[in-house]
Amino acid sequence: MERTFLEWVILIWNSNWSLFLIGARNTLFIALTGTIIGFAIGIVIGIIRTIPIDDNTHPVARIAYKIINFLLLCYIEVFRGTPMIVQAMVVFYGAAWIYNIHLSPITAGIFIVSINTGAYMAEIVRGGILSVDKGQFEAAHSIGMTHFQTMANIVLPQAIRNILPATSNEFVINIKDTSVLSVISVTELFFLSKSAAGVNFAFFQTMSITCVIYFIMTFTVTRILRYIEIKMDGPSVFTIHGSQSVPEAQIRIVNRE
Amino acid sequence: MDKIIEIRHLQKSFGTNVVLRDINFSVSKGEVVCIIGSSGSGKSTLLRCLNLLEYPSGGEILYHGNNILEQEMSNAVYRAKMGMVFQQFNLFNNLNVLDNCMVGQIKVLKKDPASAKEKAMEYLELVGMSQFITAKPNQISGGQKQRVAIARALSMEPEALLFDEPTSALDPELVGEVLKVMKKLARSGLTMLVVTHEMGFARDVANRVVFMDSGVIVEDDVPEVIFNNPNNERTREFLRRTLEE
Ligand SMILES: Nc1ncnc2c1ncn2[C@@H]1O[C@H](COP(=O)(O)OP(=O)(O)O)[C@@H](O)[C@H]1O
Ligand SMILES: [Mg+2]
Repeated sequence: MERTFLEWVILIWNSNWSLFLIGARNTLFIALTGTIIGFAIGIVIGIIRTIPIDDNTHPVARIAYKIINFLLLCYIEVFRGTPMIVQAMVVFYGAAWIYNIHLSPITAGIFIVSINTGAYMAEIVRGGILSVDKGQFEAAHSIGMTHFQTMANIVLPQAIRNILPATSNEFVINIKDTSVLSVISVTELFFLSKSAAGVNFAFFQTMSITCVIYFIMTFTVTRILRYIEIKMDGPSVFTIHGSQSVPEAQIRIVNRE
Repeated sequence: MDKIIEIRHLQKSFGTNVVLRDINFSVSKGEVVCIIGSSGSGKSTLLRCLNLLEYPSGGEILYHGNNILEQEMSNAVYRAKMGMVFQQFNLFNNLNVLDNCMVGQIKVLKKDPASAKEKAMEYLELVGMSQFITAKPNQISGGQKQRVAIARALSMEPEALLFDEPTSALDPELVGEVLKVMKKLARSGLTMLVVTHEMGFARDVANRVVFMDSGVIVEDDVPEVIFNNPNNERTREFLRRTLEE
């Protein structure tokens, strides 16, 4: 008896839906946690790598800064220059062999995705910081703000807004790329889909379902982050306050841009 | 008179390029000093050294008699006393007009938001921008931006305000509104050091005009002498070229 594609899909879904949902949940969890931690790593490294160093800096501080900067650069280049699938194996088996630490696959997965994302985000954040014009740094310094105050109040809010599209892109990539964690048996969506397909040997039909689930996740995330971007931009109109004759009068002016 | 800043033998070089050589002058309380000179003569560098945006290579900057280059005072505290208004306005793009004038008061002067707002509103009123407090910098014109930048600097209640070509980036029809505010400030007794190409402003408003050329002060005198009867040939030549335009 021949089944149609649709009948296969319904059959597979009915007998494996919990696997798909658990897989999707784990994928989303690892991708989200990894992106957030990676973002935090990126912010910290991005800030360190844009500390201004000039003739006026103490020589010891300058040497310390050079060494730290070099180590950070090594981290960035190594993790950007090797495949995540290999990093996963090296960390997971390396932790067990060298340190006798037996990480749970999920923990190892989050760790890998985080430091991998951190390496990319470090450069993205650095670019975001450098995209804020030097004049605003100078204006902040000229009213007595320290480098840290300038970063926290002026530069980072703008840098983060500027890098939101790139961050959202990293998140989407992470949702897809957690599939490589199946090599260390992380029970994410691809790994569980494979085991479902292994039972019925209907690879095409099973993976079609998997495809749709991945797409729903990435599409939803993209929309949500786009919405956040628009919210962060604030209203495109402003109000004129208190005309002399009628203090309550508010005239709405449309954005000049 | 009470000298706010006194500069002695100030030098600044970028690598081998000597931009300021042996600059000596002082600014007293309530004085309006205009600095004129051709492009590249070191006017901006001098102003930036006074605010420590550039670190001098040599010499002394005395602030009420204390050399600030000897680190008796933290650079941030000193900078808060020397307000600066830039050619490109340099407003904080993530903050609205009001917050631009409050952030320094809250973070640097540690004021509470209510009194910071009161002070900010006072100066926004003075520059005629109090109606635009919720506007973001990209929603207002260049002249309005510069007036907000002036209010931002004033909100810190500095001892002196440094202006680096405040009207040079403006469309000609917007120059007037900024100069009007600056005249108002000059009359109110604010100590001002203004790099400008607006010779009319220098002639009418300044107590003293400093002419710079190739990193040195060529002439430092009252506007009547500089504009009507300069002592130095280079000053005469510069003014002839400038006023011809
Ligand atoms: N950061 C810098 N690095 C190297 N050279 C500089 C720097 N800033 C200014 N200069 C040089 O210093 C000279 C004076 O510049 P500036 O003070 O801006 O002149 P002005 O404001 O009178 O036009 C110029 O020759 C300029 O090229
Ligand atoms: Mg200049």
